[in-house]
Formats: sequence, structure tokens, C-alpha cells
Amino acid sequence: MEVRQEKREFVEFKDDKVFTWPTLVAKEFLAAIFVTVGLLFYSYFVDAPLRELSNPGQAENPAKAPWYFLGLQEALVYFDPWYAGVVLPSIIILGLILIPYLDNNPKGNGYYTFKERKFAVTTFVFGYVFWYVLIYIGTALRGPFWAFFWPWEKWTHDFPTPAPMHDLPLPLGIILMGGFYFAGLTLPALVKRDFFMKLGVIRYSLTMGLLLTMVGTVIKMVFRLAFNVKYIIATPWINI
Amino acid sequence: MKVIPEFLRKITDNEIWKSVFRHGYTDTPRNRALQIISNVWLHLHPAKVREHGTKIRFTWCMGGITFFVFLFETITGILLMFYYVPDVNRAYADIVDLMYVVPFGRFLRNSHRWGAHAMVITVSIHMFRVFLTGSYKPPRQFNWVVGVILLVLTFLLSFTGYLLPWDQLGYWAITVGTNMARATPFLGHEGPFSYILGMRADNDIRFALLGGTAIEAPALLRAYVWHCIAIPLIASALMMVHFWRVRKDGGISGPL
Ligand code: HEM
Repeated sequence: MEVRQEKREFVEFKDDKVFTWPTLVAKEFLAAIFVTVGLLFYSYFVDAPLRELSNPGQAENPAKAPWYFLGLQEALVYFDPWYAGVVLPSIIILGLILIPYLDNNPKGNGYYTFKERKFAVTTFVFGYVFWYVLIYIGTALRGPFWAFFWPWEKWTHDFPTPAPMHDLPLPLGIILMGGFYFAGLTLPALVKRDFFMKLGVIRYSLTMGLLLTMVGTVIKMVFRLAFNVKYIIATPWINI
Repeated sequence: MKVIPEFLRKITDNEIWKSVFRHGYTDTPRNRALQIISNVWLHLHPAKVREHGTKIRFTWCMGGITFFVFLFETITGILLMFYYVPDVNRAYADIVDLMYVVPFGRFLRNSHRWGAHAMVITVSIHMFRVFLTGSYKPPRQFNWVVGVILLVLTFLLSFTGYLLPWDQLGYWAITVGTNMARATPFLGHEGPFSYILGMRADNDIRFALLGGTAIEAPALLRAYVWHCIAIPLIASALMMVHFWRVRKDGGISGPL
């Protein structure tokens, strides 16, 4: 019987090992104490919210999801629920899971660096920050009927009626969106050949597809804010 | 001044101490290793770690703190379970009792609530640092995947807990959240293409989540069981895998 054994290359590891006890355990212990004290201190002074007994007949206005989902609720302003509430979060989760398999840049493994992985860090930080910007808007700047209020404005019920919105004509919408994905997938491959070559077709398409979807989500928001466009693509079956 | 060392020696050098800790504590390399290896909790760690992995400026301690907050939530959560019954006629009153009648009830409820928020925050920061150090790169790809699932579970833990007080805040938050499920393509009765599978309000995915067409007693019970039993069990199992993999993948990532 043949026994397959991989040839081992001997890598010189820097031997900078220290004893876990007490170096690490002491820090963990301290961290645990600080966190406990912090939480208890906060809990002593600040009460958890509790409103009246739930009443299905009387909707809260505004009715808000827990803060960590308010980014998605805020996205509802710009998208139909099937996208903002279901497809967008699914894409985010899927995209996060795919990150290790898409990013095949061997550099920057195990240390902080921006220089060696500019694209990855920029993309991730953009998405991360955008998520929290939406959460901030949804939490702090949205009042009754999800109307927009600046922090210094008082929430009232008589805000100006929002401008009427219109859909793009269907052919134009399809051209715009198709063109966006087409250009976004082909141009970088042509202009940045080595980027494309390093990733290979599959990684490249997935990476760019996810990136374009993230950027496209932002662009749609801009379209809504700047041009009052309700849907880029409006059909009887699905609206985007 | 030999008082303190003498005192310490008295504490450790007797039968009771030795029956608990099994070996003396002379500060030798061997004992430092034994501290970790012979302790059922601490042997989650290897006896030695690479130095940069112990630096707060490298890990920000956020994975560990997330785990600790999870334990904190488990303990405060169990205590809350003594006072709370997931019955629509009682739930709200139980929470009011906690706030005004039960000794330390308010403190207990506050801790659990703020701990939940803290965990959502620390897990997000943990993910952020893991990304910035590129620690999802080979061989740690799969542990990142486990992490993403833990992130989602953390959100769901917090979300299912939100309904339990049965007040206006939680009720409408969960209404907003679960209404989105209505719009699921194919599977929600108001979602695109749902007619293909014949979805109605009383057989779609939202119905399955709530155990009804509206947020009523079955929804409260479901939220409770997911929140107190199912998700914590799944999350614990995945955390075991997560920590195991941190070690199997060669310890905390670092420059070679
Ligand atoms: C309940 C949630 C989680 C807990 C309790 C947890 C706990 C931990 C702990 C204690 C470590 C050791 C290093 C450190 O403290 O930074 C660690 C490492 C790691 N975690 Fe998590 N984590 C969680 C969620 C996540 C998430 C959301 C991700 C990413 C999406 C993730 C990815 C990783 C990776 C890749 C490592 C290895 C890092 C390295 O070797 O430098 N974890 N986790």
C-alpha cells in the first residue's frame, strides 16, 4: 500500500511564545472584571426601556425595529421589502461568508496593513461604515411616518409632503441596470488586467458582482434622493 | 517583611488547597504550563501562546469579551427565567413586577438588556478586527464562516428577546421585522413570485415563524423557546467549534 505523505517544508517560526499563565489569563481576567463592572454600573443608572402593554390596535409611530436592524429598515425607504428586508441581508451574509474564498491575496495575513490590501480594506470598511450610517439615520433622524428630521429639529406630524416620485421607463431602467453590471464586470477586467488575472474568472465575477450590488444599492438611494426616482425597473412582477 | 510571603505560603501549603488544586504553586515553567493544562476551563488555551496574540492592541480582546458577555447573558437570563412566564396574559405584568417589586429585579433586567446590546456591539467590532488583520486568510477561512453564523445568531438572539416584554416597543419592533418575511421572494405571500408556490397569509414563511397570521400567544412562545433554548444551544455548539478551530488553525493569527 502506498502511503502518501506530503513533503514538509520546514518554515522557521519565530519563537516568541510566552506562557499563557499568567500573561494572557491575567489580561482576560482583568477584561472580564472591567466588562462586568461597566455593565453593572451602567445597569444601575440607566433603565431598560419598557412601554405600555402591547396593543395590536394601536401602532407605534414610528414603529422601529431594534437598532441593529434599522439600517435595513432605513433601506425600506428606497427599496421594496423583498429587497431591503430579505434579499439585501441575505446577500450581505453570503458576501461575508465568501470573503475568505474570494480574497486570494496572500499578503496581510495576521497583521494590520492597508498598503498590502487596499482594495479589500477599502471595500470592507466602506460597507461597514455605510451599515452604521444607515443605522444612525434610522435611529436618530427618522420620526413619525418615517419622516426625516435633523437632530436639532423637533419630531412633528406636520412635515412637508414628500415630492411625488416616478418610475424610470422600463427600457431605460433595463438598459441602465444591465449596463451598470455589464460595464462594472468588464471594464475593470480590461483596465486592471492583473487584478483580473490574479482572481480568475469565478472569483472575479463574484467579487465584482457583490461589489456592484453594494455600490448599486447606494446609487439607487442617490437616484431616489436626487431625482425622486421610485423604481429603476418597474414591472408587474417585481420592482427594483 | 516576610509576613506576606509567609501568609501566602500558609494559604497554599495545606491539605485543603492541595485537594482542590492538585499541585502546589511554585512559580516554575512547569507549573505555569500545569496551570493551564490541568484546569478544565483554562485548557481551552494552549500552555504557551505567541506573544503578539496576547496583546490587546492586536485582538482588542473583542472575541474573548463577546464570549464573556455571552456567559453574562446566560447567567442573568437564567435568573430572569425564574420570574418570567411567556404567557400573553402574564408576560408584561411579570416584567413590570421585575421593575418594581422583585428585589434587584430592575437591576437584573437592565443588566440583561444592556448586556445584549453590548454583545451585538462587541461581536461587530471583533469581526472588524479579524478583517483588518486579515485573519480569515488560509488556514482560517472556515473559522470566519463559523464566525459569520455566530454573528447572525447574535442578532437573532437579541431580536427574539425583544418581543418577550410584550410591550408596545417590542411588539411593534417584531411586527416591523417579521412583516419583512411576508415579502420574501417565492416564500412570503406578498413577495415577488409567491403565486408560483401558492402562498397565502396562512401558509407562508411568516406564518411559520410566528405560528399564526399575527403576533399572538404562539409567536410569544416561539420567541421564548428560540431565545432561551434553541439559539443559545446552537450558538454554544458553534462557539466550541470556533474556539477549537482557533487552536487547530495554529493559534491566533500573526505574521510568520
Ligand atoms: C458569538 C460570537 C463570537 C465569539 C464568542 C468569538 C470568539 C472568538 C475568540 C475568543 C477568538 C480568539 C481571538 C480574539 O479574541 O480575537 C476568536 C477568533 C476568531 N474569530 Fe471569533 N468570535 C465570534 C464571532 C466571530 C465573527 C462574527 C467572526 C467573523 C465574521 C469571527 C471570526 C474569527 C476568526 C477568523 C478568528 C481567528 C482570528 C485570529 O486567529 O487572529 N468570530 N473568536
